[in-house]
Amino acid sequence: MAGLHKSDFANPVINWVDSRLPIFTMMQKEYGVFPTPKNFNYFWNFGALAMVCLMIMMLTGIFLAMYYQPNADLAFGSVQHIMRDVNYGWLMRYVHQNGASMFFIVTYIHIFRGLYYGSYKAPRELLWMLGVIILILMMATAFMGYVLPWGQMSYWGATVITNLFSAFPVVGKYIVTLLWGGFSVDQPTLNRFFALHYLLPFVLVGVIFLHVAALHIVGSNNPLGIDVKSPQDTVPFHPYYTIKDSVGVCVFLMIWAAFVCFMPNFLGDANNFIPANPLQTPADIVPEWYFLPYYAILRSVPNKLLGVCMMFGSLLVLFILPWLDTSRVRSARFRPIYRVVIWLWVISFVVLGICGAHKPEGIWVILSRVATLYYFAHFLVILPILGKIERPLPLPESISNPVVARSGAIAALVAIVFGLAAMQPARAEMAEPKMPEQKWSFDGVFGTVDMASAQRGFKVYSEVCAACHGMKFLHYRDLAGIGLSPEQIKGIAAAVTVPQGLNDAGEPKEGQGTPANQFRSPFQNDLAARAGNNGALPPDLSLIVNAREHGADYIYALMVGFGDAPKDFKMQDGMSFNMYFPGHQIAMPQPLHDGQVTFIDGSPSNIAQQAKDVVTFLYWASNPEETERKALGVRVVLYLGFMACLTYALKRKVWAAIH
Amino acid sequence: MADPTAASTVDPHGGHPADPSKRDMLELMATAGAAILGAAIVWPLVSSMNPAKDVLALSSVEVDLTPIQAGQGIVVSWQGKPIFVRHRTPEEIKSAKDVKPSELGDPQTDAARVKAGHDQWLVLVGICTHLGCIPLGNKPADVRGEFGGYFCPCHGSQYDTSGRIRKGPAPTNLAVPPYAFESDSKIKIG
Ligand code: FES
Repeated sequence: MAGLHKSDFANPVINWVDSRLPIFTMMQKEYGVFPTPKNFNYFWNFGALAMVCLMIMMLTGIFLAMYYQPNADLAFGSVQHIMRDVNYGWLMRYVHQNGASMFFIVTYIHIFRGLYYGSYKAPRELLWMLGVIILILMMATAFMGYVLPWGQMSYWGATVITNLFSAFPVVGKYIVTLLWGGFSVDQPTLNRFFALHYLLPFVLVGVIFLHVAALHIVGSNNPLGIDVKSPQDTVPFHPYYTIKDSVGVCVFLMIWAAFVCFMPNFLGDANNFIPANPLQTPADIVPEWYFLPYYAILRSVPNKLLGVCMMFGSLLVLFILPWLDTSRVRSARFRPIYRVVIWLWVISFVVLGICGAHKPEGIWVILSRVATLYYFAHFLVILPILGKIERPLPLPESISNPVVARSGAIAALVAIVFGLAAMQPARAEMAEPKMPEQKWSFDGVFGTVDMASAQRGFKVYSEVCAACHGMKFLHYRDLAGIGLSPEQIKGIAAAVTVPQGLNDAGEPKEGQGTPANQFRSPFQNDLAARAGNNGALPPDLSLIVNAREHGADYIYALMVGFGDAPKDFKMQDGMSFNMYFPGHQIAMPQPLHDGQVTFIDGSPSNIAQQAKDVVTFLYWASNPEETERKALGVRVVLYLGFMACLTYALKRKVWAAIH
Repeated sequence: MADPTAASTVDPHGGHPADPSKRDMLELMATAGAAILGAAIVWPLVSSMNPAKDVLALSSVEVDLTPIQAGQGIVVSWQGKPIFVRHRTPEEIKSAKDVKPSELGDPQTDAARVKAGHDQWLVLVGICTHLGCIPLGNKPADVRGEFGGYFCPCHGSQYDTSGRIRKGPAPTNLAVPPYAFESDSKIKIG
């Protein structure tokens, strides 16, 4: 069939293009007039939301890749460079980092929608299977992305996950070596993970295209789970669902923005603010929340190979779900027993998530075993039998003529969100004295760093801490962020001698510092630092507040927690007693003393004041973008809230004739 | 986002919304709002491609002039750019001063391109103003063109002993970076 496509568009330019390449006709057919069941509830938003996630992730990812360095020596620092120096770098980075979580929550709800309303059943089996492939690809992408910042969790996550493949007999260890490109996770691993992390989203786009194409052949399912019988049952996709999706997108972006601007590290792990160290595994290692259920399944089985197989099996079983479920009725609304067991399955999934966040001891082992058992029994035993014995309720005649009222979809949604939120691990419960909680200037949504306190804190840092601790991610110019003037900064920098490359004879040269210089480190390198400190490495303080759980309170407690050891406590030589340090023995001698630092503004120079000020300074050093971030957050959330109301009002108007 | 006429033309039930003008208004606002949102997403991304703070933080280099003999030049790197520092001979200075500015493509006196009292020192950004190649002329063996200054190998621009464009496609003189004499034998660039 050669020749021009007959286009109906009036605009001559569009018509010219469309006659030769009918993309406008296609868009009009698939997204304009596409007949869509008119009874969708808000669960049907989540496909569109996932699409929005993918687009934002790819956009931010591409721009982050312009600054990121996939090099084991530079990766961690390049992320800090993005966070501190690149224009809006912190914004792109936090959007991308939190975006992974957003993408997963949206996808999990999308999958739940499919399970609850039977969207996987004929004729949508292939559509569903493509969806499972998308989920697996997403997981691979997220995992490799998490490795890139090259923090402690990145490194050890990569080690543990790649080692899963070592469970396979005979070939296992060859697979692992192949994945690593060496004999441990190292430079080649990081480099290839970056390449694959950049590639996989484009593969995702391809599979998603097929997923959507298949959807447009078989048509959407709907909350009643019955087929469309007449045009009465449908509405054109535009404007009815474009506007309904828009409402969801606005609300969703608002939640995402709130995470980014007000609690960007809530879903992250403090350990990932510590650069990767191949010689030391963090004490409590947990994957990101979205992997916790699978992690729990893995640990619930005492046999390595079986555990790995069960973990992969928990995903693979989804592929054959369309044939495991023998019931012809799709929607759980008309399946009284399925409606109960599917919620039990959701509960088992959430329980697994919670188990995954805790150390596998005592009750958590038993719970995770029971939940794993139910997870599999649901698919492999209950569903095949249930279809035979369950007596479904009578189905309505058509979508236009439903017999039942709408169920509380939103309530269910809220329940899931809270369930998933509960997965957040209650990490590292130390059997230690409780740290006193302090009030900080930067607490809460509107809190910002108290500049006067941070400036005093900088004085404490320079006169006390800087003798042993570097802050290599800070530059003197950054001190403008705590309100120092350009002249003050120049003076501070000029008082320091910094390395200035090589002289003409090729020897290292030193010179007066400028605002552009990094904070000078007290030691040439880590070995020198250890040698000068009893073998203990004084950690870099650039990110110390973020690198500890409840960092501000913890460091404050540490500063004021020195004292004499109780009589029966055995101290090692050269160690100091500290009430709040894990194990109570710390290599650092008490750093702060009354009257040690003189504050120009006349603030009292006692230990408590010094500690408070230095923690404020360190908090700022870890989060220099905080003031800007929170201010932006207020504006963005308000704007998106307004947009949500606006689109909702429009949606009511558009739908007025239908309801 | 929304085509204001689409709803009424494709509505299968022919039902008209209660208040069309109010709906048009809402549609207009929502479309405008979405456009602003789109711009607000694109703006930070594009802005991130501009130089980051570390690049903007002006660095400066100091150059010791003592080892540079008359008739010689050196290259130092400042902000990633090559800076030519040349110790001019009296003949070179003379030929630079003898040109009438009106004869030049980009009229400028030699005095405006060096520091008063330091006529012998010519400091230039060594980047051809045509399309960015580095001109020859800094090394003793280099081709220096008809005017004895610098010669760009890419498309043949020729500069004189003051770094002014005399012939070829380059539109302007070689730029003079910001610098100052710290002492008679030391300059600070930037
Ligand atoms: S770049 Fe120098 S002449 Fe074209």
